[in-house]
Amino acid sequence: MKKKLAVLMACILVVSAIFASCGKKNDQNATTKANSGAAPENEIQQGGEIVVGVTNDIDNLDPHKYTAAGTGEILFNMFDGLVKVTPDGDLVPAIAESYTVNEDGTVYTFVIRQGVKFHNGTELNADDVVYSVKRVSGLDGSPDASVKHESALSTLTSVEKGTTEDGKETVTLTLSAPNTELLGYLTFAIIPDDYTKQSESPVGAGPFKFVSYTEASSVVMEKFADYYGTPAYLDKVTFKITSDTDAAFTQLLAGTIDVFPYLTADQADQLTENYNIEVGNMNLVQALFLNNTVKPLDDIRIRQAICYAIDRQGVLDMVAAGKGTVIGTGMFAGFEKYYNADTVNTYAKDVAKAKQLLSDAGYPDGFDITITVPSNYQFHVDTAQVLVEQLKEVGINATISLVEWATWLDEVYKGRNFETTIIGLDADLAPSDVLKRYASTASGNFINYNNSEYDTLFASAVAETDDNKKVEDYKKLQEILTNDAASAYIQDPSLIVAVSKKLSGYTFYPVYVQDMSRVYFVKQ
Amino acid sequence: MKFYVKKICTLFLTLFLVMFLAFTAFRIIPGNSAQIALGLDASDEDVAALMHERGLDKPFLESFVSYVGGLLHGDAGISMHYDKPVMEVIKGRLPVTLLTAFLAIFLIIIMAFPIGILTSAIKHPAGETVFTLFNQSFMAVPSFFMGIIITLIFGLILKFFSPGGYIPYNEDLRGCMKYLFWPALAIALPKTAMLVRLIRTGIQKELTKDYVRTAKSKGNNMFRILVLHVMKNAMIPVITFFGMMIAEVLAGSIVVEKVFSLPGLGTLLVSEIGARDYPVVQAIMLYIAFTVIIINFIVDLTYKRFDKRVNV
Amino acid sequence: MSKEKKTTFIIGLVLVGFVLLFVLAGFIHTPYNPNTMAASLKFAKPSLSHPFGCDNMGRDVLSRVMKGASTTFIIGMSTVLIGLVIGTIIGSITGYFGGIVDEILMRLNDTLASFPSILMALVFVALFGTGKYKIIIALGVIFIPSFARIARSEYIVQKNLDYVSNARLIGASNFRNIFVHILPNTRKIMLSSFTIGFNNAVLAEAGMSYMALGVQPPTASLGRMLAESQVYLFRAPWMALAPGLTIVITVLGVSLIGNSLK
Repeated sequence: MKKKLAVLMACILVVSAIFASCGKKNDQNATTKANSGAAPENEIQQGGEIVVGVTNDIDNLDPHKYTAAGTGEILFNMFDGLVKVTPDGDLVPAIAESYTVNEDGTVYTFVIRQGVKFHNGTELNADDVVYSVKRVSGLDGSPDASVKHESALSTLTSVEKGTTEDGKETVTLTLSAPNTELLGYLTFAIIPDDYTKQSESPVGAGPFKFVSYTEASSVVMEKFADYYGTPAYLDKVTFKITSDTDAAFTQLLAGTIDVFPYLTADQADQLTENYNIEVGNMNLVQALFLNNTVKPLDDIRIRQAICYAIDRQGVLDMVAAGKGTVIGTGMFAGFEKYYNADTVNTYAKDVAKAKQLLSDAGYPDGFDITITVPSNYQFHVDTAQVLVEQLKEVGINATISLVEWATWLDEVYKGRNFETTIIGLDADLAPSDVLKRYASTASGNFINYNNSEYDTLFASAVAETDDNKKVEDYKKLQEILTNDAASAYIQDPSLIVAVSKKLSGYTFYPVYVQDMSRVYFVKQ
Repeated sequence: MKFYVKKICTLFLTLFLVMFLAFTAFRIIPGNSAQIALGLDASDEDVAALMHERGLDKPFLESFVSYVGGLLHGDAGISMHYDKPVMEVIKGRLPVTLLTAFLAIFLIIIMAFPIGILTSAIKHPAGETVFTLFNQSFMAVPSFFMGIIITLIFGLILKFFSPGGYIPYNEDLRGCMKYLFWPALAIALPKTAMLVRLIRTGIQKELTKDYVRTAKSKGNNMFRILVLHVMKNAMIPVITFFGMMIAEVLAGSIVVEKVFSLPGLGTLLVSEIGARDYPVVQAIMLYIAFTVIIINFIVDLTYKRFDKRVNV
Repeated sequence: MSKEKKTTFIIGLVLVGFVLLFVLAGFIHTPYNPNTMAASLKFAKPSLSHPFGCDNMGRDVLSRVMKGASTTFIIGMSTVLIGLVIGTIIGSITGYFGGIVDEILMRLNDTLASFPSILMALVFVALFGTGKYKIIIALGVIFIPSFARIARSEYIVQKNLDYVSNARLIGASNFRNIFVHILPNTRKIMLSSFTIGFNNAVLAEAGMSYMALGVQPPTASLGRMLAESQVYLFRAPWMALAPGLTIVITVLGVSLIGNSLK
């Protein structure tokens, strides 16, 4: 399962829920367990140390440089941004104590919270914010090419500091084009402007401070006593890097790990004695992506036939013991506000219909097709093997071609030289980020989807300021994708977490993080 | 003297060849380390900027020359994947591989020589059959499968160790060694079986030779003969094998490191090839080449000592 | 043949015969389709209907071993043969003649030996594409250096022995010396390196499939089955034991036969 997660390796994990102001509820079925009603105060034991298992080595401790999702989930605990995501998917002020947006969404002004301290003791000021925003957006002239730039900030034209009437510092972001969804991209870390060793010993303003990192084995962090917000309960958290889920699993059996987030369903069943098993979503769109311009996939009937041939629940049963959420369009189900749930039923498995469509399209005897799969994600490889069997039933002869991740990135994603592929795509929580890749000119449109109706509607949806209309537009966009059978969407895989029975407070977020500041020991 | 000069020249020649081939290899295979480092949705401009910063956009010869130049100044470059100096990335992994290797070599020596010498006394046909079966069985087990079996029996069933529970050497050296014993054993067992056989056949062959009889008739005791003459002459194939084995073990067993989830050089090599992190891969390759060549050199020297007939 | 060699020979023959029968039967008929999945049979324990149990997709392990063994043996055998033949030729010539040829070839050998086989295979794939036969060639090339080195050291020893000098005295050509006089005397060491090589080839094939270069799923191969089984070692040890023991029995059988023939 961790392999699956590592798909995100290539994805920026900038948290972006949309419009904190509209109070969106985005909790997932599984979060309810952990969140339903705050724990009674008297149950909480302050202090203590825990070990959390993770399966990927840190690629970079600098919060503006890492690309691995496995790094982001850890750094989340040590850094805060201008705004911060809540378990419900809302965005609440963090380093900024409040903010204002002008009417057309081109000028954002943040009032900087006073008295916020970095882990090294220096006080956070507007200069640090300006420095951080410029570094992430590339407005600083990119002196360091390994910093990852947030593409949503490419319209940023200036970052200015100022003061409010009552003497508080402010930072104003000005955009060249309106972006009503910008806030979601502003959760990235605010870091000190005069500190150059983020990669070795990171300094932020989050609830935990960095203690040490041992290559390929562990990251240790401690509670930050001067945290401006609700302090963490635990004194110390060790993220233990294991090479794979299997290695972690045996350590769970031995009881040396307290929390482990990437179990397979099979493994979870064996741990119920000492662990509570919590289930959430990965917030990924796993699909058999179809290259819309190669023959015979350029024919909509062929694509629909493939959709009808696939039994999605059957895939889940086989590769994930039935856990996960079946989806019918290019958005993950956890994004409830925008997700168009009606699309799930558009292509219920129907072999007769699939065969009919195939013969209508001139392929009564089916055809040969290749599924290119990145070999490092066993989850996708397994899915591919199940699909091969399912497609066989309607006469489509699929063969699997495994490629390395680097080759996949180069030839499939960038080169668009493939027939079909299986991958899980994640996105920031902004609906535009999930759906932008299907615009015909988008750089991420690796399936070569092209529908002018979609392009027009997408453009107007992004600029839409009326919230109801916006939701409606995004749902309509998903419907178009489904009806066009742009790809054969399969599932949003489940995230299965083992939490020691001594602990409580583990919280799922609509983004990929391990928040340890809410975890606590239960009083005996 | 000439001999040493020649050896050193060949050492550098080989290292140069390794570097050159590795460079060529990375030009041939698909994949772009800058794209991988910056992620799926990095813009083409950002990728190009990073490539430029690291000199990846330079023509082949130019980048090769500047790499070799850097190396001569002790600079192995910056890892694309980890964004820090290559030496720092490798520094953390090398001790794991070395500790495992030394432990394995130690195990092989303390097992193979006594067993080899003792079993050379077996003359009875039935005993011979049993020995052959036993010995060949150990040789027939692939190290990967040996690792799996050790994990299954000693880890999961007998619970002598917690599989995957590697403890970093700098946190608890004893605990680390305790864990490393098992991968070392997985490496050692098949190799011990081979070595036992080589030692045994070597000794048995020598024992039938005239000089042994002569020495015996002169009243030398058997132990003295064994140590002074027989062992010395039986050692040539043993040394060849031993040299190859040490080089192999020191270079890091990718397979065994994977089974026991050790953060060693072998696993690093595989993951960095995957990430197209060529500075790291190149450095590991140079390390392997260096080790292999030096060990072979020592083997050649030892040949000379043990058998004057060999003209190296 | 001495008595004890006879015994080991027979044991070896029985083992190899057993596995061969198993593989041949797989060509004609397997109890189940090796690729058919069944959710209800996931991780099914060994039973009468599934003697080796079922894997993580509910596929019959016995059927997969039967099919996988043939894939693996074809790849393993061809790989080792390529390595053995070319390696022996190179090693014998360099070992026999020594000098500059030896120097050059051995340097090249050292270089190849320290070249990670995965990287080499990636280069092959980039140049020639994927496929079963290409992987055989790629692996074969990777195996040449180790065989060459063994052959070389054997030739260095043998060329100074009396029988070679004698042959030279009666006018045997170098070619004749290398291939007619010395070669038969190296068969012992080359045979044992053959078994080791086969072992490594099986593993290399598994390693290659891990890097997406070998046999493509769902096609079964013993190496791939072994590699995939590791994740389920605790849950379903039979997934590892069945292909693993098949490899061990085969290699053991071959080396026992080889041993007795000396």
